[in-house]
Amino acid sequence: MIEIGLGHYLSLGAIVFFLGVIGIFLNRKNVIVILMSIELILLAVNINLISFSIFSGDIVGQIFTMLILTVAAAEAAIGLAIIVIYYRNKGSIRVEDIHGMKG
Amino acid sequence: MLAHSIFFYFFSVIAIFSSLMVITSRNTVNSVFFLILDFISVGCLFIMVGAEFLGMIILIVYVGAVAVLFLFVVMMLNVAEQKQSWFIGKKSTHIPIGLIVSVLILLELLVVVGGWKYKDDLMSSNTLYISDISNTHQLGLVMYTDYILYFQLSGVILLLSMIGAILLTFRQRKGVKKQSYFNQISRNPSSSIELREVKSNQGVKIDD
Repeated sequence: MIEIGLGHYLSLGAIVFFLGVIGIFLNRKNVIVILMSIELILLAVNINLISFSIFSGDIVGQIFTMLILTVAAAEAAIGLAIIVIYYRNKGSIRVEDIHGMKG
Repeated sequence: MLAHSIFFYFFSVIAIFSSLMVITSRNTVNSVFFLILDFISVGCLFIMVGAEFLGMIILIVYVGAVAVLFLFVVMMLNVAEQKQSWFIGKKSTHIPIGLIVSVLILLELLVVVGGWKYKDDLMSSNTLYISDISNTHQLGLVMYTDYILYFQLSGVILLLSMIGAILLTFRQRKGVKKQSYFNQISRNPSSSIELREVKSNQGVKIDD
């Protein structure tokens, strides 16, 4: 309990990942919250990679984390641009209103 | 070691609470604020565990850029107040399935963590720690030599996302009067000044 090991960090990553997945599945509000849930999931992955990198003494995990960070920033920019043009065309970004492909 | 555990529990409780609030709060602006809190606490965890550079990068990139971008879009799109939160939907058939899948994912991850026996001979890499130089120094030593291709590729990804975002949101409005510098500069007196003979009681028509 006192000794903080790898398992604590992995548990934290698992819980944050779980909350992100739940946010994607159970969202009824708008698509921006789904994008934020994706950011949460990527953050959980970063927690896992960095804790493995620290506890196994290998620096490569942190480099992967930087690459994931880059991809997350790019994904947020593109996703928000898509949301902006969708809102401009349809006037709503509620999840229930987005059924153009009957998904 | 006690301080380490205290700080770990403090920051991780804040992180879990704020990520819970991200997905449950009714106001989207509040969700973005809790997302910022989540990023800050996880960045503090990274700094605490020894990855200082990544912690600072998380603070700069996520809190300074991505979360502010989210905030900007949320405030621009007028979607801040949504009456209907989740669990109150009309047809909520996908909620039990989503809950089941999410709980299964959490259980699988926790089983993996619980069954994990940390092995010392797990890694056989040539990029192991050198403990007497700083974290940023180590990262730079590996990133600019062995992983230079991935570094450059991430730059290309950023460039592509910038082009894509500009291209997606670019539009030309109709009916907006703009200056045409070429036409303005290329005017000269012979094309813009004209002498007319004005007859009495008739006037002169302009722009015919």
